Amino acid sequence: MEKLFAIFTDYTFQTVALGSALLGLISGVLGSFAVLRRQSLLGDGVSHAALPGVVMAFLLTGIKNTEILLLGALLTGLLATFFIMGIVRHSRIKFDSALALVMSVFFGLGLVLLTYSQKLPNANQAGLNRFIYGQASTLLQRDIVLMGVCGFVLLLFVVLFWKEFKLFSFDPEFAASLGFSTGKLNVLPSFLIVLAIIIGLQTVGVVLMSAMLIAPAVAARQWSHRLWLMVCLAAIFGALSGVIGTLLSSSYAGLPTGPVIVVCVTLIAALSLLVAPRRGILHRIYLRRKTRAYIESEGGGVS
Amino acid sequence: MKEKDFAVRVHDLSVAYDMKPVLWDIDLSIPRGKLVAIVGPNGAGKTTLIKVMLGLMKPVSGAVDFGEPMTKKLRKQIAYVPQSGSVDWDFPTTVLDVVMMGRYGHLGWFTRPGKAEKKLALDMLEKVGMQAFASRQISQLSGGQQQRIFLARALIQQADIYFMDEPFKGVDAQTERSLVALLKDLKEQGKTVVVVHHDLQTVEDYFDWVTLINLHVMANGPVKEVFHEENLARTYGGRGLLLKGAQ
Amino acid sequence: MSASAEIQLIAVIVSVSCALPGVFLVMRKMSMMSDSITHTILLGIVIAFFVTHDLRSPILIVGAALMGVITVWLTEILVKSRLVSEDSAIGIVFPLLFSIAIILITRYAGTVHLDTDSVLLGELAFAPFERMIVRGVDIGAKAIYTSGVLLLINLILLIVFYKECKIATFDPMLAAVLGFSPTLIHYGLMSVVSLTAVGAFEAVGSVLVVAFMIGPPVTAYLLTDNLSLMLLFSAGFAALSGVLGYQLATFLDVSIAGSMALTTGLLFAIVFVFAPHRGLISALLRKRKQRREFAGYTLLTHIWHHEGKPEEREENAVATIGKHLRWDEKKLRRTLTPLKANGKVAVVDGVIKITSKGREDYRQFVEQLLS
Repeated sequence: MEKLFAIFTDYTFQTVALGSALLGLISGVLGSFAVLRRQSLLGDGVSHAALPGVVMAFLLTGIKNTEILLLGALLTGLLATFFIMGIVRHSRIKFDSALALVMSVFFGLGLVLLTYSQKLPNANQAGLNRFIYGQASTLLQRDIVLMGVCGFVLLLFVVLFWKEFKLFSFDPEFAASLGFSTGKLNVLPSFLIVLAIIIGLQTVGVVLMSAMLIAPAVAARQWSHRLWLMVCLAAIFGALSGVIGTLLSSSYAGLPTGPVIVVCVTLIAALSLLVAPRRGILHRIYLRRKTRAYIESEGGGVS
Repeated sequence: MKEKDFAVRVHDLSVAYDMKPVLWDIDLSIPRGKLVAIVGPNGAGKTTLIKVMLGLMKPVSGAVDFGEPMTKKLRKQIAYVPQSGSVDWDFPTTVLDVVMMGRYGHLGWFTRPGKAEKKLALDMLEKVGMQAFASRQISQLSGGQQQRIFLARALIQQADIYFMDEPFKGVDAQTERSLVALLKDLKEQGKTVVVVHHDLQTVEDYFDWVTLINLHVMANGPVKEVFHEENLARTYGGRGLLLKGAQ
Repeated sequence: MSASAEIQLIAVIVSVSCALPGVFLVMRKMSMMSDSITHTILLGIVIAFFVTHDLRSPILIVGAALMGVITVWLTEILVKSRLVSEDSAIGIVFPLLFSIAIILITRYAGTVHLDTDSVLLGELAFAPFERMIVRGVDIGAKAIYTSGVLLLINLILLIVFYKECKIATFDPMLAAVLGFSPTLIHYGLMSVVSLTAVGAFEAVGSVLVVAFMIGPPVTAYLLTDNLSLMLLFSAGFAALSGVLGYQLATFLDVSIAGSMALTTGLLFAIVFVFAPHRGLISALLRKRKQRREFAGYTLLTHIWHHEGKPEEREENAVATIGKHLRWDEKKLRRTLTPLKANGKVAVVDGVIKITSKGREDYRQFVEQLLS
């Protein structure tokens, strides 16, 4: 108990836990829209494509500030999205192939740049690869402020355009028939989702970021039939996994924060899929049994 | 007929997907205050025609004319019932919410639907006989109920012209009867209702104006005058004859 | 053989063996599954290591391949529950398994000498250090033989099951009717993908395996419709990016695997822009030509439609026809000029008239349209 208390009052723990909770909250909210708009895997593509942006930002400016690096990540993330859409639009290549191709090639470019920067004389590039796996423990107070500000802006947009996002996620064509601009409403949510991914890179890294977007939303969907409830629950699930993950990884030696958070959030999703009322897999098995028992008892009566 | 008697007119309209024409050289006038059926075989361009009229697709040439330029004000006078298969019915939202979406165009950016919208939505649900379902999740609806909801969402727009894409698809006979009664109601109020329709048997009962298309306009006029075997045969290439004869 | 020649040989063998099963992934719209599998095999390797405590044991490969199949199976269970869409299912399963692998590696770092860096990123440059020695004679880098065996397995399976894979990919129903179980072929293919990923990740790293599995097949897909040709082209592109990628890497002194992936992307970009028929340029040119032809017929239609009628003077005059078609001056000029030059229309007293040649041309077009 005392040990637990000591952890909670520890400054580093507070910073990391706050950062992870913020990440979980933001990705829960934006992830809900990504999942409903069937853009789940775009997150995977964008996060891998962010690597060359991070390294390029460092190579060009020589600064290792998180803001500068994430700006680079944002630019290549958006560029990759643009390429994927362009390939799908102008050729017969399907979305999944375009996504896999673009993200792996961008990641390759990232590695090329990373190894290039390592060979530069007296370039202090150490720490850039923290974006590959994410290193929550390196979160600083200013990183938290950055996440907080970006998160606030993101949530503000979601609140302001709530009605439009909902309409557009459900029935884009009807939205267009009402006179809402299709272009703006297509680009804005995608942009917000990309931004949310970029914010999370430092904590969980490029490989695991897609889980932070998808898992809270999938879990929340099982418990709610209202969009606002789903988004709130996803935010809570995300934030909760962030805190629990940080707690576990600081209580036991050798538990990396990012992966532990992902395991937490996926367990929540798995549990929700199993036991959620009405939709849950267990409930459906129970229903099927009951129906079969009923049919058998009826059938027995006839013969 | 005078200029004012038309709800919508289409001039020299051609539409193509990847330069493959789906509508070719369409000239069409749809009269005000009528129940209009757009009829034709699969792939004839029926859905495309109403999508172009709604401004959801751009034509290669020609134009749609509502008698005034397409402004925000005019948009509010046009309602749309898409095919119910076009959306994800597992979306986390309720019946009442979907109906209120029909008011979003009137609300504009940033404004939230309030008490007035909710009251209106409940009224519309009552009209389509779905008031008991207001707080239901939409994934629990049957095909016929989904169509009623979409109709309520269009009714709440309180428009002058309604475009409906196969509103009777997957609907049971009883629902179809009550939906038709609603459409006739709209007509009584002087509204124009344009319906993409599949069932040749019911055209004469339900509608008073019919547009037969197959890539091109084959006939356009009052049902009594143009809905006959010769025109149907031209539209369906022989199949129409058989269908009409089975009546 | 020099070290650089050995590295290039390994690069070519690895990328070709990735590209061959990759063709089927692309055609079956399962590209993202390769991303998933290449990550989760790490867990298979780690678990197998806990069993054998030997990093050289072949059990590791079996474990990895098994984990690949388990990944596919878990993803499909989720999709079949219809609670989760396919892309969400992929996006949940692989990060979970990958996370568990990383946690195990970090937690038991003292006993597992597995470096996550080398798994994810790979390092081909070190490949020549491990030698294959038979009876005391050095017969080349060990990786040449391991990847060579992998390629051989892929080639044999491809040749033996070519017909089955082809049918199951393009017509699963037909395959089922003919008695080839599509499920069996599906899982067979996924096992091959897992096996290939295991064999390749040591050299090029798991993320970049995706580039070699998807890049060359997608590039080939822009050039041909024929499955055999597609396999051949894919292998060609894969080998080319292996060699060129290595040259680029030595020139810039950077990661070999990274620059191979980059080369794959560059080759794709070149083909995407310049390919005959399906390339960006030829598609845009063709579209423009079609659009102009189409505009020509639209104009002919309009003239045909109104000729000889009272409104002809208004509708068909050079000065006013643009207004009725909603065309601007430029479009009208660009459409009208070639029609006049080909003698399909003539301007009489300011009004456009169809000539008999134009009439014949138009009649043929409409007949073709309505057929």
